[in-house]
Amino acid sequence: MAIAEESYRLSNLKTLEAESIGIIREVAAEFENPVMLYSVGKDSSVMAHLAIKAFYPKKVPFPLLHIDTGYKFPEMYEFRDQYTKKHDLDLKVHRNEDAIKRGINPLTVGTVKCCAELKTKALLDGLKEGGYDAAFGGARRDEEKSRAKERIFSFRDKHGQWNPKDQKPELWNLFNSKIDPGESIRVFPLSNWTELDIWTYIYHENIEIVPLYFAKKRPVIEKHGQLIPVYTDEHEEDVKEVMCRFRTLGCHYCTGAVRSEADTLPKIIEEMMVARHSERITRVIDHDQDSSMEQKKKEGYF
Amino acid sequence: MKGSDSLIEQSQNIDLLRFATAGSVDDGKSTLIGRLLYDSKSIFEDQLHLIKTFSKAHRNQEIDYSLVTDGLKSEREQGITIDVAYRFYSTPKRRFIIADTPGHEQYTRNMATGASNASLALILIDARNGVVTQTKRHSFISSLLGIRNFVVAVNKMDLVDYSEEVFENIVSEFNAFADKLSDESIYFIPISALKGDNVIERSENMPWYKGSTLLDYLENVNVTGGRNLTDFRFPVQYVNWGGGDDFRGYCGTIASGIIHKGDEVRVLPSGKTSRISRIVTYDGDLDHAFAPMAVTLCLEDDIDISRGDMIAKVDDLPVIAGSLEANIVWMDSEPMQMGKDYVIKHTTSTVKGSFSEVLHEFDPEDISMRSSEFLSLNEIGKVKVELKAPIFADIYSENRISGSFIVIDPHTNQTAAAGMITKYKQVSPDKACKAVKPRVIRYPGDKKEEAQANYDRLSMQGTHCIYVDDELLQENVCKGIPVDSAQYSDTIEGLCEIVTRSGVSVVLCSDHVNS
Repeated sequence: MAIAEESYRLSNLKTLEAESIGIIREVAAEFENPVMLYSVGKDSSVMAHLAIKAFYPKKVPFPLLHIDTGYKFPEMYEFRDQYTKKHDLDLKVHRNEDAIKRGINPLTVGTVKCCAELKTKALLDGLKEGGYDAAFGGARRDEEKSRAKERIFSFRDKHGQWNPKDQKPELWNLFNSKIDPGESIRVFPLSNWTELDIWTYIYHENIEIVPLYFAKKRPVIEKHGQLIPVYTDEHEEDVKEVMCRFRTLGCHYCTGAVRSEADTLPKIIEEMMVARHSERITRVIDHDQDSSMEQKKKEGYF
Repeated sequence: MKGSDSLIEQSQNIDLLRFATAGSVDDGKSTLIGRLLYDSKSIFEDQLHLIKTFSKAHRNQEIDYSLVTDGLKSEREQGITIDVAYRFYSTPKRRFIIADTPGHEQYTRNMATGASNASLALILIDARNGVVTQTKRHSFISSLLGIRNFVVAVNKMDLVDYSEEVFENIVSEFNAFADKLSDESIYFIPISALKGDNVIERSENMPWYKGSTLLDYLENVNVTGGRNLTDFRFPVQYVNWGGGDDFRGYCGTIASGIIHKGDEVRVLPSGKTSRISRIVTYDGDLDHAFAPMAVTLCLEDDIDISRGDMIAKVDDLPVIAGSLEANIVWMDSEPMQMGKDYVIKHTTSTVKGSFSEVLHEFDPEDISMRSSEFLSLNEIGKVKVELKAPIFADIYSENRISGSFIVIDPHTNQTAAAGMITKYKQVSPDKACKAVKPRVIRYPGDKKEEAQANYDRLSMQGTHCIYVDDELLQENVCKGIPVDSAQYSDTIEGLCEIVTRSGVSVVLCSDHVNS
């Protein structure tokens, strides 16, 4: 009768994957009109991949919503369109057309106002317009301190606001899906994933991501220590070719590249570890002090 | 790059341990978690720089570990640290998710939130104060939630001169309290989170302590419990069909047990049986799957199945329960109203139910029971629940998933309580008999205890059954028959035949049966 526990153990990534798929299916079953927010970034790619897995061999039963500011990198639009087409995903795009028409951009109104108009307002309007009662987001708890406290099912009042002081208890894998008309929830299936989990999973599952994440020689202008990519053929004085890549993707006004040689996933993962753990930390667990990368990896970067 | 390839490979194979911290506000939790995160290099560079700068300027020390987690000071002023925070760290051996729970009594419900998915509780005790009320309350809730692995870290040993006597006294004190809990495995470690003794590195100040350091223990502890691999339970979460082909699959997360392609299953509440024709995943069909995998099952027969139904193996079913007894942690500022209709969410089914009686309320101080009319915020008690529609349930101590439920107030949509089933009643014996085919459940002669436990469980579920072992047989039906003879085994088989035909199952514990 005794069962060998060992032969029925799931790896860390498989555990996280199962948990996320369970969350995605629960929302599809419990809500009238769910939607998955899709930013075209790496976390979104993982989330979309999990949705595809959750409903295989059938289609994903809800749309993906891209909140478009109009200022995303051309590579992102290209990737978005071919990825969603390839996987038979129902892509919806919402833009704050009025603000885009008015020529709102960070140079004229500042980043705070620009984001408020083109992202936050666009998101709330987009959700309202679609009549969505649940929206998946790719946020993770390891991203920043306040996120560490976010529930997996996160309630929003009629104005789309979150009240962190009064979160509902959330036990086991039993999620409270009861909302009143007009209210909605945000759901974070990647809550328990870390950045390293995301990258390792992308590597293991061969998930396609926007090529901007990989290093290659790109034409850029250096401003305030940031590398800003150049997309026009106009001859600019200071344009130079630099081997670089993007750690995060956003609008081309506000997203700089970093100098990097990392043109494969293992190299990206390695680079991330170095960036995260400065060379100045030389405290070694149970080892002599040695800050070489090789030694660090042994110490438990993976 | 080969080096990192194999490292990525390695990272895929480490397992994940979820643990919850518990203890009082000033037991040094932040410092301890901070040190674990710092020493496992799980802190972002920019944060670390700020922490060090602040430590030097305001604390006159190289690094104040409590700042690692208490970068939330400002949040605390805004009152957000009332809630559980999830933190992550990893070592080459394991990935950890820490539910860092609030120490304050009034936030018990948030502590329960954090502990509900943990398989280990890390309980901190201040060596100067010993076992305090909050230690007991958190230990009690952890135990109630089914956590069977406790690590008790007796902290601040540096402030009591690293005294073995102080440590031993706390061990005795905690053990005296823990005797009233369930059967936990408890491991005691004397530490100083501030100085680092026995956290990552062995303490030179406490040569009298011969056990593991905290990190060693967390990396190597074999956490059992919490996962039941015996009883297959598959609450149907989502029916996947349509779109112009004849594929029909039942999506869900295996709550417990193991399933193989070809296994005979029964679907509740209909009681219909079929076989597993496919276990579908995106990565290809599997020949078997186990908890907690999320899969899609296909059956050989076309049965009407919907969300909230339960698929189980024919010879091992949950109970179709119409009423329950359960341990309840009340979590709503609105107290429990007797007789009011609440919404009960259990696995993937949602039913109406009401509280008919509070059997008793627990005093966490000494786990004593007192009578109570109803439960209020953060109170814990045992109650009776009447359901308007049946659920397919197990006892919580045997099955965390099919033994737990949440209670939602239909007026406010608040999650009002968490419940852990301790007892249940079948909807009615008639219906139960239809669902459970009488059968013989066989055990070898040396498994008497196991057999009796299963018999007790079946009886409690309302399954009609009898218990038989060699001792009983030799006293009655097989009196005088030599145990190794064919006659002996034929008599047993005959008895089983008669009993099962009349609709009663047999739990049989004997080595002398026809093979």
